[in-house]
Amino acid sequence: MKNTISERIADFLKNYPPFNTMEAKQLEQLSLEVVIIHKETNTIVFSQNENPHEHFYVVNKGAIALSKEGSSQILDICDEGDVFGLRPLLAHENYKLEAKAYEETILYAIPIKEFKPLALENKRIGNFLIESFASNTGNPYSIKHRGKLYGSNQEVDQYSTNKILDLQPIKYSTDLITCKKGTKIKTIANKMTQHNVSCILVEKDNLPVGIITDKDLRKKVATGLFPISGAAKTIMSSPIITYPKELTLAQSQMAMMKSNISHLVLTEDGTTDTRAVGILSKHDIMVAVGNNPAVLLRAIKRAADAKRLRGIRHGIMNLLQGYLDQNIPLGLVSKIISELNDASTKQVIEIALTKMEEEPPVKFTWLSMGSQGRGEQLLNTDQDNAIIFEDVPDEKLEETRGYFKKLGERISKMLNTIGFEYCPADMMASNRSWCQSLSEWKKVTSHWIHNPGPEEILLSSIFFDYNVVYGEKALADELSHSIFDQANHYPQFFTHLASGALQNPSPSGFFRDFLVEQDGEHKDFFDLKLRALMPIIDAARVLILSNSIKSINNTAERYEKLAELEPNNKELYLACSYASKALLKFRTRQGLLHNDSGRYIALDKLNKEEKIKLKRTFKTIKEIQSLIEVRFQVKNMLR
Amino acid sequence: MWPFSKKKQLELPDFWWDYEEHFKEKLPENIHENTFVVLDTETTGFSMTKDRMLCIGALKLVDNNIVVKDSFEVYIKQEHYNRDSAEIHGILKKSKKDSLTELDALKLFLKYAKNHILVGHHVIFDINMINAALKRNGLPKLKNKTLDTETLYIRTLLISTVVQRKERYTLDDLAKKFSISRKDRHTALGDAFITAIAFLRTIEKLKPQKIKDLLR
Repeated sequence: MKNTISERIADFLKNYPPFNTMEAKQLEQLSLEVVIIHKETNTIVFSQNENPHEHFYVVNKGAIALSKEGSSQILDICDEGDVFGLRPLLAHENYKLEAKAYEETILYAIPIKEFKPLALENKRIGNFLIESFASNTGNPYSIKHRGKLYGSNQEVDQYSTNKILDLQPIKYSTDLITCKKGTKIKTIANKMTQHNVSCILVEKDNLPVGIITDKDLRKKVATGLFPISGAAKTIMSSPIITYPKELTLAQSQMAMMKSNISHLVLTEDGTTDTRAVGILSKHDIMVAVGNNPAVLLRAIKRAADAKRLRGIRHGIMNLLQGYLDQNIPLGLVSKIISELNDASTKQVIEIALTKMEEEPPVKFTWLSMGSQGRGEQLLNTDQDNAIIFEDVPDEKLEETRGYFKKLGERISKMLNTIGFEYCPADMMASNRSWCQSLSEWKKVTSHWIHNPGPEEILLSSIFFDYNVVYGEKALADELSHSIFDQANHYPQFFTHLASGALQNPSPSGFFRDFLVEQDGEHKDFFDLKLRALMPIIDAARVLILSNSIKSINNTAERYEKLAELEPNNKELYLACSYASKALLKFRTRQGLLHNDSGRYIALDKLNKEEKIKLKRTFKTIKEIQSLIEVRFQVKNMLR
Repeated sequence: MWPFSKKKQLELPDFWWDYEEHFKEKLPENIHENTFVVLDTETTGFSMTKDRMLCIGALKLVDNNIVVKDSFEVYIKQEHYNRDSAEIHGILKKSKKDSLTELDALKLFLKYAKNHILVGHHVIFDINMINAALKRNGLPKLKNKTLDTETLYIRTLLISTVVQRKERYTLDDLAKKFSISRKDRHTALGDAFITAIAFLRTIEKLKPQKIKDLLR
């Protein structure tokens, strides 16, 4: 007997292969047998070499990462509607990969016992299975390819151990479109159009003899040089240049440049005496270098919905991992990643705006705050954001806010979909208090400045790192002016801000030991954010604001600017700049390693070198803290 | 010694004693070993005395798993009928779904719920409704421990005096926050399912160590 939940499951499954080929009745019955499983982030679904379960899995929500055990390299990510863990069940072998929840995930576990008879009976299901086990449908953002997600073969090893992208084997299309020497050009053009390919292979006795590309058609036929009724052999490029099929990315790029061609023909042994097995086009290379900021940026700008953006963001994380592995300077890395984060947010806003029934009633600005505002958000952490809209007459105020609040809700929901968690303190533009007109914001910030209690200081410290992501920059500039105006009239504010910066507990104890959390969920972990990053970020903020500089948000850059402004403290400031980068890098590494925010660190997992590096930054933190203590006379205030 | 109370106890039917029997067992300390019964009821209205339950939907959560086949959905035959709420639930008095008498429905529910912790959104309302029905049938109140997903959800939020916070969170609010499809809103089992997912996601945020951390 079906029930409400099984109907819901059937309703979901019917959109995805192979379930879309099943009859409604069969699917209904199968859905009744499903077990719904909730997986917390980083929990294991099955591990490598484990005996096969009684179920295979379909991702309902969230994402599952497949990898080799003990390697941080993710081979594939299974998204909504993807099936995994099926092949071992059919082949009666152990799991070849480890499956782990990449984020919070809901799985539908489908019993193989009930599924198998259906698969045997329904030819279309069988075909799907054969195809997905055999084909290599490429996923541009995973280094491995989807077809192998049911298990693996030796090739996977090659992928996973090869960390340098350039030296990785490249995916080419094996779906060859061919013709004979005598085929008419018009027929060829039609065939290419029909298959939507940019080149066709000319074969004789099943061996490749020539190639015709779009370019040949344009240069040789469209110009009138050769008649359209001519034969393939008149316009083909021949003899062709062939390569062996095990080609790496770097090799293929060089081959194309060397011969100035856009397609490579790959044969069994690399000579023209064996059968052609595939064609590699420039496009394939573009896809393979998907982990390239320019390509990602373009993909972001083209994304039409949040789901697509989410996929691209997996690519961004891969890129980040690669940069860190190759030890690329963090200043550069954070610039690129922030640029990509901002672009994603901007694209989300664009999409949200098109979905609103009306145009915005007045101009507005979308601010990102906190770490994203500082350009230090490397991992997907919480979203903190706000809207400023132009002043409107009082009677229009609530109506206008209503519009922007709705917009804010849309945007923050989509940001959540693409991987930015909601802010637990609700500091988001979807909240009324963070969606205000310019004069309201001026009032609020001036209230914070004149009544600097701990709560107000906390709010200012989050808010004052704002950065314009979208919309009218002038509104934000005007707000900045107003803030500096107020602050200069009430210098006490800086003293309070400075004391706020000193509130965070110290990173090390008496014998320069790490101070770890005493209780709670993270007992015995070191809180990197609270004890090390926050003090150095807070100190930078109060120092730079007291110099009335608003245009620099990034902590490292703030210290560099300070070094320029105060040559006598240059050394300390530069040390701070270095420390802030080192700490951020540390946090990002930890976060990528454990797929979390990287905030809490298990000290026993660190090696000696890492510990020493961390401790070195603590010294700098202590020095900068005493500097602001003296400069802003915090002691006097505390007394 | 207490002849009257003894006599009164004897009037209770066997299925009640079976239910009570389960409470001799202590609940496991570890969250993952506990079975949670997530429930929702559809009623003719909000009055404990005048209104009746139309439907009870429930499912079991064990170690983050929901076995679809092991879910609970019963429709109850109606004497009393409230025209207004029928529009929300779409359950007509003479529904085609097989419906049971109130007593049979309660019997099945007690057998299903055992001594497990009951979870619901504004759970106190569902419990009161069931207790009222039990009373009508001459039975004592439910003995299960309960958890309310609204209260749990509020515990995940940061406390701040400056940022305004909503006082109440409806099941719709939670579904929105956790992007759970609201397709089967206002069917008892559909709501129970949404509640179950919201419960799981809240638990992930709270990360309680032991069952007593949740029940506090």
